[in-house]
Amino acid sequence: MDERETSALLYLDGVTVSFDGFRALNELSFTIDPGEMRAVIGPNGAGKTTMMDVVTGKTRPETGDVLFDGIHRLTDLYESDIAELGIGRKFQKPTVFESHTVEDNLRLALKADRRARAALTWHDNVDEVTRIDLLFETIRLGALRSRPAGSLSHGQKQWLEIGMLLAQEPKLLLVDEPVAGMTDAETHQTAELLREINRERTVVVVEHDMTFVRALDVKVTVLHEGTVIAEGSIDQVSANERVIEVYLGR
Amino acid sequence: MISLFARGFDRSTTAFILVILGLAVAVPLLNLMLPPESLFHVPVYIVSLWGKYASYAILALSIDLIWGYCGILSLGHGAFFALGGYAMGMYLMRQIGTRGVYANPILPDFMVFLNWDHLPFYWWGFNWFAYAAVMVVLVPGLLAFVFGWFAFRSRVTGVYLSIITQALTFALMLGFFRNNFGFGGNNGLTDFKDVLGFNVQAAGTRGALFAITCVVLAAALMMCRALVTSKFGKVLIAIRDAESRTRFLGYKVESYKLLVFTLSACMAGVAGALYVPQVGIINPSEFAPANSIEEAIWVAVGGRGTLTGAILGAVVVNYGKTYFTSGVLAPYWLFVLGGLFVGVTLLLPRGIVGTILHLWSGRRRPDTPDPDPQPVGEPAPAE
Repeated sequence: MDERETSALLYLDGVTVSFDGFRALNELSFTIDPGEMRAVIGPNGAGKTTMMDVVTGKTRPETGDVLFDGIHRLTDLYESDIAELGIGRKFQKPTVFESHTVEDNLRLALKADRRARAALTWHDNVDEVTRIDLLFETIRLGALRSRPAGSLSHGQKQWLEIGMLLAQEPKLLLVDEPVAGMTDAETHQTAELLREINRERTVVVVEHDMTFVRALDVKVTVLHEGTVIAEGSIDQVSANERVIEVYLGR
Repeated sequence: MISLFARGFDRSTTAFILVILGLAVAVPLLNLMLPPESLFHVPVYIVSLWGKYASYAILALSIDLIWGYCGILSLGHGAFFALGGYAMGMYLMRQIGTRGVYANPILPDFMVFLNWDHLPFYWWGFNWFAYAAVMVVLVPGLLAFVFGWFAFRSRVTGVYLSIITQALTFALMLGFFRNNFGFGGNNGLTDFKDVLGFNVQAAGTRGALFAITCVVLAAALMMCRALVTSKFGKVLIAIRDAESRTRFLGYKVESYKLLVFTLSACMAGVAGALYVPQVGIINPSEFAPANSIEEAIWVAVGGRGTLTGAILGAVVVNYGKTYFTSGVLAPYWLFVLGGLFVGVTLLLPRGIVGTILHLWSGRRRPDTPDPDPQPVGEPAPAE
């Protein structure tokens, strides 16, 4: 492994992605430091989800560099390899294994050998149950552990999916619109949950909901047409004229 | 490994295994031990007919393993079945020896007829049963591995995958229809005499073939149940329910799909090999795309994602087919089959066994939560 090229945990430099001539990402560059929580905002089509696709290996950029932990060049890796490096992703629409129990959803997500051979010789063990119990304390779904995940409410599925991400023990969590469709109380609880997670892990939250971003109270990156147009505290970016023009002032 | 197999015994699987093994003993005995005039005598053609159903049931199991648990709808499984059948047929052809019409000790009749003077290299070794038995598993497995490697790596899923599996079996059918392909052209391989030195027509051999098929079916059911209840099986269901989520959790979805698809093709090959000596012929029509579609219907009727349903579906639909195509209703069989598929899709989307298990678990739920519910749920359609 070569020398660390940057101290940032996630480093994007000049990333460009276009679909049929439309530039979803245009020379996008920004960095995330280890341990921070960052909110990424921007109007529809700003490239927020495409940015996540690039980081998790779903989309390959035409140009540009994506480095994780200073040494891993993510543009050369597959989704599963990137996940094993320690990047977890929560989808916009809650995506859990509907016919598995809540507990099995977490069990499948627990950091472990992902190869088919290991899955064939797997058997129940105390260590796993302990880890699952700890996760249930964080996501507060312990009472529903033997229910099929498909029977959970929308908000509960969001938490289960966050629990699955935690089970992977990632260094970096990418969370796409975690509070979409949640009630005010659930939104509040989710902000709490993300802050709790941020104590140990780096978190990037993509969000539309400005009250939620304000509640998180973290550094904000504003995307527009595939590039960063402003960065700073929520108050700083809300005062930025360019931001007001493209996003807030509509 | 032992714990892997111990998990294979839930109640409905155990019941099925007991019934299958019971039939394996009872049917040949009722045929061989009772005089033909007895009320309980089973005629020899029934033994072979039910042997055929049992080999179809193994094929249906192999389809349910990938469709019901991993969401891969193969509409070309008939190809793997037929390849296994051809491998067995080639062994049986080589056993004919000088008893053929042209009495050539090496070449099967159709090769003599085509004026071939030597055995093609791909026929070498098929005079040994052990070699043929390896080929029965290896050829379908290898084809599935290569096909799956390309298809899954290119992320071909859903209907697109189903369509290319249809193309696969259609291409093989066209190939096998050709005389110069070396597998008997449209006549296929037939007129078998011996298997392992026993006359294939004899009642005793037919009883033994039936019993062996049932034992293999029971073993296949146990193996599949152990597989789907293992963590491997949980990953398969995860792929079925949310493929990209599985991938972002770090699982190499392609490897899991490839492994289970190859295993399923090997099972289909074994089913074909057991089928051929019991029906006495294998020809290219086994590769017909319509056959593969019919096989998917067996599984849908019995209940996807239940394993036991696949077995029941294969037997029920084929029993229906035998019944309808042997009477005045013969011209209407395809309408019945089509109606069955539409009816099951609309009225019984879970299939026969799926519906029973669902009602059963629904009735039990209020008082005692099921600690390990059947992974029936709502098997996702093939997208």
